[in-house]
Amino acid sequence: MKPAPFDYSAPTTVDEATVILAEHGDEAKPLAGGQSLVPLLALRLARFAHLVDLNDVAELAGVQRENGTLRVGAMTRQRAAERSEEVAAAVPLLARALPLIGHRQIRARGTVGGSIAHADPASELPAVALALDADLEVRSSRGSRTIAAADFLVSMWTTALEPDELLVAVRFPVWGPRSGFAVEEFARRDGDFAIAGAATGVQIDDAGTITRAAIGLFGMGLSSVRAATAETALIGSSVNDADLDDIGRAAVADAEPSDDLHASAAYRRRVGAHLVRVALARSLEEASRG
Amino acid sequence: MAERAISVQVNGRARRAVVEPRRTLADFLRDDCGLTGTHLGCEHGVCGACTVLVDGEAVRSCLMLAVGANGHDVTTVEGLTPPDGSLSPVQQAFRECHGLQCGFCTPGFVVSVTALLDEGAELTDEEMRDAISGNLCRCTGYQGIFAAVRRAEELRSVQSNGGTR
Repeated sequence: MKPAPFDYSAPTTVDEATVILAEHGDEAKPLAGGQSLVPLLALRLARFAHLVDLNDVAELAGVQRENGTLRVGAMTRQRAAERSEEVAAAVPLLARALPLIGHRQIRARGTVGGSIAHADPASELPAVALALDADLEVRSSRGSRTIAAADFLVSMWTTALEPDELLVAVRFPVWGPRSGFAVEEFARRDGDFAIAGAATGVQIDDAGTITRAAIGLFGMGLSSVRAATAETALIGSSVNDADLDDIGRAAVADAEPSDDLHASAAYRRRVGAHLVRVALARSLEEASRG
Repeated sequence: MAERAISVQVNGRARRAVVEPRRTLADFLRDDCGLTGTHLGCEHGVCGACTVLVDGEAVRSCLMLAVGANGHDVTTVEGLTPPDGSLSPVQQAFRECHGLQCGFCTPGFVVSVTALLDEGAELTDEEMRDAISGNLCRCTGYQGIFAAVRRAEELRSVQSNGGTR
C-alpha cells in the first residue's frame, strides 16, 4: 500500500511555500502533520502531483496573545497546543477539544491549522473554530486576507481557500471572566471519530443572565454546524432557568446528520441533543463559579 | 518523480539513502535500514504497530514520509535496548506480565509506552488506558499489557538513579 508518485518540496518560509503553490495551482497540496492526508494518499483516495511539506516552515508554529485573541500558528502541533498553559488559560474550549483528537501519537504530528484546513465535519477543531468565531489568516503570493470560520468552512473537506492560498494562523477570540466551556462527544472507542459531538461556551453577567453563547456540533452532517438558533434562544435567559433540554433539541434542528454504518440520522440527533445539554450544563456551571 | 537524498539519525547512527518522496518512514526503516522491529499492520495510522520516536515523540511511522524525517532523530524498538543487549524496563515488564501473545503489536506498544513513561505524568487507570489506546492488540491481551505498563513504571522508578530507560 503506497501513495501514487508525487513531486515534493520542503520550503522553509511562507513566502517560498506560497510561490510553489502559485506555480502548481490545484496540482499541489500542502502537507501539514499528514495524519489525514497521508492515509488518503496511501489508500489512493487522493492523488496530487506535488506535495508542499510545511514541516520545515518554523514561522508557522507557535502561540501568542494578540489584541484580545490567541493567535495559533497553523503548524502548531496539536500535542504542543494541548500542553500549552497559554492555550488552556486563553481558549479553554480549544484546550479541552485537543485531547479528544485521535491518539497522542496522532496529535504529536497533527497540527491545529491542518485539522481546520482539512475541514472534516466529524472533527473537533473545525467545530471549535466555528463556535468561537475564529478568524483564519490566509496568505498567497498575491497577498493576505482574513476569513471568518463560518465562511472558511464550506462543506465536507472543502474550504474557501484558493489553490494558491495557505492557512497560516487561526485567531481565537479570548472570552472574559464569568465564562465557561465544555466539549462532549460520543465515540465507540477512544480516539475514533465521534458519532456526534458538541463544543459549547457561555458567558454570564453579574446577575446570572447569559450574555454570550456558542454551540458548535461535529459528526452531525456534511459540514461542521453552528447552532445559531439555539444560541439566540439561550442568550437573555438566566443561568438557573435555561431549559437545556429545549436548547439541545433546538441545536440539532439546525443540523442535517446522515445515516451510515455507525448510526442513523435520528440517533445522531438524539445523541447530539443530549451532548449539547450536558456540555451547556458544564459550561454554565463553570461560568457561575466566575 | 525525483528521488531525494536524505540523512536520518536512526538509533544514534546516521543513515543515508536516496528515496522516492512517497516512501514512508516505516518502509525506509524496514527496507533501507533493515530495522524490521518496526512492524506494519494497517499502514494507515490506526493500529500503532509502526510507532517510533521522532525527536523523542511517539509517532506513526506509516504516516510520515521518509523525506520528512530528513535531519531528524528517529528511535525504533531496536534502539530502546541497552547496549549490553539486556531488556529495557518496558521490555522487561512486558515479559514479566505476559504483555504479549503473538507479539506483532509489541514493538509499537513498547515504543509508545516508553515515550509515555518518559513524560513522567502520574496517570489514573482510566487515563493510562486512554494513553495507550492508540495501539491495538488483535490478540486482545490488554489486561497483561496494562499490567506491564504499571510494572514498567515500578522498574523505571527503581532504575531511575541509574538513568536507563
